[in-house]
Amino acid sequence: MEREKLIKEENLAYRKTPLLTDAVMHYCPGCTHGTIHKMIAEVIEDMGIQEKTIGISPVGCAVFAYNYIDIDWQQAAHGRAPALATAIKRLNPYKYVFTYQGDGDLASIGTSEVIHACNRGENIVIIFINNAIYGMTGGQMAPTTLLGQITSTTPYGRRSDLNGFPLKMTEIVAKLDGTCYVTRQSAHTPLAVRKCKKAIRKAFENSMLNKGTSFIEIVSTCNSGWKLSPVKANKWMEENMFPFYPLGDVKDR
Amino acid sequence: MAVEGIIIVDKERCKGCGICVINCPTKTLSLSKEVNGKGYNYVYMAKEGCIGCANCAVVCPDSAIVEVYRGRV
Amino acid sequence: MSEKILMKGNEAIAYGAIRCGCDGYFGYPITPQSEIMETLMELQPWESTGMVVLQAESETASINMLYGGAATGKKVMTSSSSPGISLMCEGLSYLAGAELPCLVVNVMRGGPGLGTIQPSQADYFQCVKGGGHGDYRMIVLAPASVQEMYDFVDKAFSLAFKYRIPAMILADGVIGQMMEKVELRAPKPRRSEEQIERECGSWATTGKKPDRERNVITSLALDAPVQEQFNIKLINKHKAIEENEVLYSTYMTDDAEYLIIAYGSMSRIAEAVIDMARSEGYKLGLLRPITLFPFPKKAIDAFTDRVKSILTIELNAGQMVEDVRLVVNGRIPVNFYGRYGGMVPSPDEILTEFKKSIK
Repeated sequence: MEREKLIKEENLAYRKTPLLTDAVMHYCPGCTHGTIHKMIAEVIEDMGIQEKTIGISPVGCAVFAYNYIDIDWQQAAHGRAPALATAIKRLNPYKYVFTYQGDGDLASIGTSEVIHACNRGENIVIIFINNAIYGMTGGQMAPTTLLGQITSTTPYGRRSDLNGFPLKMTEIVAKLDGTCYVTRQSAHTPLAVRKCKKAIRKAFENSMLNKGTSFIEIVSTCNSGWKLSPVKANKWMEENMFPFYPLGDVKDR
Repeated sequence: MAVEGIIIVDKERCKGCGICVINCPTKTLSLSKEVNGKGYNYVYMAKEGCIGCANCAVVCPDSAIVEVYRGRV
Repeated sequence: MSEKILMKGNEAIAYGAIRCGCDGYFGYPITPQSEIMETLMELQPWESTGMVVLQAESETASINMLYGGAATGKKVMTSSSSPGISLMCEGLSYLAGAELPCLVVNVMRGGPGLGTIQPSQADYFQCVKGGGHGDYRMIVLAPASVQEMYDFVDKAFSLAFKYRIPAMILADGVIGQMMEKVELRAPKPRRSEEQIERECGSWATTGKKPDRERNVITSLALDAPVQEQFNIKLINKHKAIEENEVLYSTYMTDDAEYLIIAYGSMSRIAEAVIDMARSEGYKLGLLRPITLFPFPKKAIDAFTDRVKSILTIELNAGQMVEDVRLVVNGRIPVNFYGRYGGMVPSPDEILTEFKKSIK
């Protein structure tokens, strides 16, 4: 057991951030939500802003985000998180305010709130988890579901003539004058996580610079909804999601 | 003397998704034959060779790899 | 010497908000209440008290801005009229479910649907009984003058914070649009961050401090037994409000043999009816509920033993009358007269109805 001699403070290369609670997450094995929660918690810890951060959780699988990151939280009605965040930030300009929303929440029922918050240039952070499916309700079509993708409400694959086209929210909000930073990231490899965490940190920093809204889409997996193993889901995402939802900064001003 | 590492796994947090296993550059991680309290095959260091890069911890969705140490033995 | 200004009821809401230390107004234009936001924008309170005023993209967004703002312990309000209130009902349910204080002003107009822009009281059921989903109540104040529009803003906020419950000022187009002299009370400053932390820090999202657990504002329970316990908590809160916060006024009731029950602008018309009836020898009096929730049940109950019959008059097809009948419980006749869709009855018309009702 030579190796166990390494276990001492000066050799610590990584530790679970104390900003993540000890609660075991309710997400399915391999779900990207957990990785994203961790990144957000680490950014809040690194920036030392636990006392100044307010998170808004959505309706969807991440409704319980408030059980996992040790900050003050509010749970929003479906799609309305950017409206809550608008008021919280305007009434408390020295707080860091972020929304955490899935594709059903942000890109379907909540399009009005997200467009207008971005267009007003609210100094908030919007984190948009796009896994192209409704996870919590059992795998129905989302606005971001790819053409041909099978879901429980598109059992023969999404068809544009029946179901319309997948919605690219990131490209839409990038066109709005109120956004300052719009980027699309992923969280499936160590490199992707490191890049994504950097983007999250930048977005949080922007929210105190009076520059406008920062919007981060994180292309994610829903292996349960996609009916794939966690590892295969990551591969499917790389092969099918990334060509349609290309990663990288769309806007940075 | 090469750099070596060790990971500390909170077995009960692990859901056996295997994402750490495929992201391990030295292929030292495996899922156990035994299961934890929830019935998941949890990750463990099956072989020598860990360099303490923490890639596994970085990608772990459940933060089940709670600590990583790196140094020279 | 106090300051008196001639203004519309809607303008009085704006003045009342700024001068009671309101932190934020979030609204969306709709007739007949748009003067509230217009007045606020003209007065620019962000330059004086620091109050935030924001024109939102919809009533749905407005009420959710209240949901966010109220969660941080701030005094936040919105205003709208009937169709807009319908859109806000989801948010009101969340505010009630998360036990958050806020103020919503409803200057009612004729309905259903897009209806008319003329005065109405057709939202009594919606506002007094809930409107949104789930078992909840709001404190509902019904002003009958421009002065009350001004005064009730502060009063509604006090009650909303005392009980951590949404409060509503339920007015109608008459009260919103008419002009009267208003005595402006001494302004109250907005609360400081320290004061909010002291008063609301145990529950509000003011940022997690090392000496407390994180505060989570949510209306989600998921477990039925947990939800039921919460429902019981709300029921007890509503009971306490019914016990302690009932407001009503009376006019010429000392010797009354007959009683009119009316609120808001209809109570003003009722006073004229009573003067006319008394000049003809009818001993008629008025009971005017000022709080619609809590409803003045005990006062109506006491009158039931004293008067021969009750006439309830409303600008709707008969909504509050159901609550009157629940209290009276068949002991004496409870009659109803209403006009709908934005039509307002004259005192003569009501006097005729009164006479018919006692034949």
